[in-house]
Amino acid sequence: MISFFKSGATPPMPRWAELVLMPLVNLAIAFALAGGVVALVGQAPGLVLETLLQGAFGSLRGVSYTLYYTTSFIFTGLAVALASHGGLFNIGAEGQASIGGLGIGLLALWLSNSLPWYLMWPLLLIAGMGFGALWAAVPGYLQAWRGSHVVITTIMFNFMASALLSYLLVHQLKVNDGMAVESAPFGASAHLSGIHQVLASLGVEWPSSPLNLSFVLALGAAVAVYLLLWRSRAGFRLRAFGSSASAAEYAGINPRHQTLLAMACSGALAGMVGMNEIAGVNDKLLLDFVGGAGFTGIAVAVIGRNHPFGIVMASLLFGALFQGGAEVAFEVQGFTRDMVVMLQGLIVLVSGAMSHVVAGPVARLVHACSRREASFTEKETQHG
Amino acid sequence: MDELMLGTLLASTLRVATPLILCALAGVLAERSGVIDIGLEGKMLCAAFAAGAAGAVWGSSFVALAAAIGVAFALSMLHGYACVIHRGDQVVSGMAINILAAGLTVVLGIACFHQGGQTPALPDEVRLRALWPEAPEVLGDLIGNGLAGYNVLVYLALALVPGVWLLLQQTRFGLRLRAVGENPHMVDAAGVSVHGLRFSALALNGLLCGLAGSYLVLAQNAAFAPHMTAGRGYMALAAMIFGKWRPLPALAACLLFGFLDALAIRLQGAVLPVIGEVPVQFIQALPYLMTVILLAGFMGSSQAPGALGRPYLKER
Repeated sequence: MISFFKSGATPPMPRWAELVLMPLVNLAIAFALAGGVVALVGQAPGLVLETLLQGAFGSLRGVSYTLYYTTSFIFTGLAVALASHGGLFNIGAEGQASIGGLGIGLLALWLSNSLPWYLMWPLLLIAGMGFGALWAAVPGYLQAWRGSHVVITTIMFNFMASALLSYLLVHQLKVNDGMAVESAPFGASAHLSGIHQVLASLGVEWPSSPLNLSFVLALGAAVAVYLLLWRSRAGFRLRAFGSSASAAEYAGINPRHQTLLAMACSGALAGMVGMNEIAGVNDKLLLDFVGGAGFTGIAVAVIGRNHPFGIVMASLLFGALFQGGAEVAFEVQGFTRDMVVMLQGLIVLVSGAMSHVVAGPVARLVHACSRREASFTEKETQHG
Repeated sequence: MDELMLGTLLASTLRVATPLILCALAGVLAERSGVIDIGLEGKMLCAAFAAGAAGAVWGSSFVALAAAIGVAFALSMLHGYACVIHRGDQVVSGMAINILAAGLTVVLGIACFHQGGQTPALPDEVRLRALWPEAPEVLGDLIGNGLAGYNVLVYLALALVPGVWLLLQQTRFGLRLRAVGENPHMVDAAGVSVHGLRFSALALNGLLCGLAGSYLVLAQNAAFAPHMTAGRGYMALAAMIFGKWRPLPALAACLLFGFLDALAIRLQGAVLPVIGEVPVQFIQALPYLMTVILLAGFMGSSQAPGALGRPYLKER
């Protein structure tokens, strides 16, 4: 795939500017544009921001909801980023997450009444990762062996995933008496404990919220992705292939295996969304539980510079925006959470598609500043 | 199957296919010039909103059409600015347009009309009416329902298919446009502007996306509703690929996908002999499945333009 994180012909920047300054500048531009729209529709951007921050971080309950949203975004953000390191653009995290959730749901329906939780939880994780990985491996295989482009195939797979889930729910898994299209509820052993339950057993009082143990799993996944990419041979091969497929092939790395592996790992990460939404919160299979997290993952990966630490930070940002946005929609009349979706689009636009537009001026500015600093120190040493 | 049913099936096929045809042609123009366009969905959505909003405020179909085309054109230019001039990633830019459109249209819709993101229903004189509403009585069920009695945009979409084919295959501009999608260095060496050609392709692309979006509001529904494109842009993308980046096969793909959609609605809950109850979801997923199979080379082959997705950097 075409690399959207390399800065092309712009002058080289110091590492700190590349990693910290650029995302901040991009965010500032996106927020300014979104603020403009907020002002345009006749609301006070300052008030909205204040209510948003209050809603996201003002109470323990708010923080818990923020972290609950963050969890899903970490999974999909890592999924998009891992594929990016292999030079692939995975637009299919949405579909892979649905299918991963389907795997979790099927396993839970099958075994949750007969197995204890300590066997059930690992099995659920394996089912989610396995289903997600398989759903992503097919586009990977098709690109590596049959030459069809992974971007197009994953778009098609998103629609096929939603059709498959809806077919299974409507025709096979639906409980007969209910109006809602959802499966029967799982047994108790398939429920991931909420953080408030865990903390209560340790004697800490915490308000009840959907935040569950998947949050810990997400942080673990971020560490695991870091170790895989930068501390293992497999990760080195993947990054080598992503930076230059031809050079990697010359060095004896099989490009087909890398494509397949990158997509499968990416799908496995996306599939873990089901741990948060299905096993952690809903305790039954339902339609549309991913709710756009797969697409948010693109924005998260872009603004997090495809690094696990950046992704956790960016997920926290989007988690806060989603939770705070819901609060603002409640408090301020005429505000919707779609404002956050819009901001997401602006962030992908500014920091992904237009990165070259922004990078040039910023790089020149950084150069000018560092040169002036250098000449100051030079003068001082001459005078001294 | 009687004549009336065949006629209405044909009619609903064409009605579903029209925005697909317009969008697929838009995609053909952009991608033959070497610019990936997965932002069809977002452009169509924004255009639909513009048509709905302008039509409701000014009460004129002409203004609604102009607004839709203007908005889609502006988004196409944004895509060109990011990807052609500044060599940004074309897939990321298209995705950004899609996400932005999904959010922005709802935000603006709620702010302007206070109806949960919908625009007010357009009065009948603003909507596009059938050119010949009495056709079914005069010509009978099959021809009257199935072939005559559509609004002007349906016929325009059908006419644009050979139009785009002629433009691409029979004109100097079309030759250059195809060349710039295959080998931009050659076009540049011949002294023709690569950026100019890609921007012209994107301009036409915006025009067609605008028409597709306005069709949804002015002909299919009576108002804009949030997320009303519902994946049609992606389906058009699939049709374009299924049609191997060529206008006439793309038309065939759009008609096929439109027919499947019409069939899925008709077969909802129906029980057929041998098969039993038809899983509608399977028919709905069929266009995507067929595109995947075709792209994988299991069913003919589909070759993308050579320089598709590669930004052009002039060597100095």
